[in-house]
Amino acid sequence: MEDMPPSPGAPAGATHVLTHADGTTRQVRVTDIETPYPLGKLIVSRTDTRGIITQCNPSFVDMSGYTADELIGQPHYILRHPDMPAAAFRDLWNSVQAGRQWNGYVKNLRKDGGHYWVYATVVPNIRDGRIVGYTSVRREPSRDRVAAAEAQYREMR
Amino acid sequence: MTFNFTVSPSFPNERISDWYIFNTWLQRQLGLPIHLELHDDFGTQRQAIAEGRVDMIHANPFDASLLVREKGFRAIARPEGSPDEMVIVVAADNPAQRIPELPAGIRLACTDDPCVNTLGRILLEPANLDTGNIQELGRETYIQVTKALLRGDADVGFLPVEAFNGLSPLVRRDLRVLVTSQIQVIHHVFLIGPALLPHAEAITRLFLSMHQTEKERAMLTALGASRWQALRQEDVEFMIDILSTLTS
Ligand SMILES: Cc1cc2nc3c(=O)[nH]c(=O)nc-3n(C[C@H](O)[C@H](O)[C@H](O)COP(=O)(O)O)c2cc1C
Repeated sequence: MEDMPPSPGAPAGATHVLTHADGTTRQVRVTDIETPYPLGKLIVSRTDTRGIITQCNPSFVDMSGYTADELIGQPHYILRHPDMPAAAFRDLWNSVQAGRQWNGYVKNLRKDGGHYWVYATVVPNIRDGRIVGYTSVRREPSRDRVAAAEAQYREMR
Repeated sequence: MTFNFTVSPSFPNERISDWYIFNTWLQRQLGLPIHLELHDDFGTQRQAIAEGRVDMIHANPFDASLLVREKGFRAIARPEGSPDEMVIVVAADNPAQRIPELPAGIRLACTDDPCVNTLGRILLEPANLDTGNIQELGRETYIQVTKALLRGDADVGFLPVEAFNGLSPLVRRDLRVLVTSQIQVIHHVFLIGPALLPHAEAITRLFLSMHQTEKERAMLTALGASRWQALRQEDVEFMIDILSTLTS
């Protein structure tokens, strides 16, 4: 992962270049603006076995800043924030491809460059013994846990 | 052979006779002998499931999960217009205005309803509250949960939205909702077990047309639904995947 300098202290609207695991390079805009987690809600999405978004709920769409049409059919890394270390997602994929559940704190990037923190769980969708896709459900994290994750991810980058 | 029918015990008590009426109607329509057995709590119901004494069930999402994944049950329909949501309530004069303001060590009044309790615990996480720093006070009914709050025996309570809305305005005035879940994707489902699978089509057809006559619509209203909605097996599998993320 050859990301540009991380965002803390960066001026609002700084540009970053992300290189994704599939080799795609993308330029994203990043601000310091955090969107608060929507009270009482769960943010749900589903992907195929390659991580392409196939389904999501209204809370997922609202928080992302995209329209549903802009999300369905796109790789889930469309939400990748440059502050997230690649190792976290390697761990995610290793776990779910092995049929296990993965949990972690994730900072997601919005279309407008802002972000939101979630506590995410990803599970493999197993039908007749085969993995046919993955489902992720996010919930509101406590601020202490977000602060701890932020510090840990800064070390890992 | 007589088939056994049950209903997950979280429904309001006033509906007991309505479920018996529904069962009488069901037997007549299907021409099958069906015995309705309502269990007082989740423990005795789980026991009946384990012993194979359930062939047909209006199940909460947690029971549905066990029955579909481990017991070969199949989804027939879900009631429209009654998502399974819950509220976290405090006494009106509680100083906390938001969940993160709840301090460690609070006393929680709740019943043994696994759905309500699971959602409630998730909604307490932003306050760093978990089983380690919550004092849980088990209560038999939602009325008792409410009483514990009003008497000051408990600081917060878990109630299904339906139960909260059913409280008298006088009682509700002395309570305050800190948060209402908006999960939307999990709900009760009507399932049949392996012994009834040969009748799956007939049962599905019957359910999906139930709202079409006035008398049957009234029966549905009494049970808190407007109609039965078709459900694909994959819809239930998806709900179960979501549920599995909530219990970890
Ligand atoms: C069901 C599911 C949900 C995911 N949700 C997110 C997410 O919300 N945000 C995110 O950055 N990555 C998410 N990922 C991981 C992405 O697929 C990807 O691994 C990650 O964004 C890093 O991509 P990159 O290393 O190619 O840049 C999810 C993966 C799966 C299978």
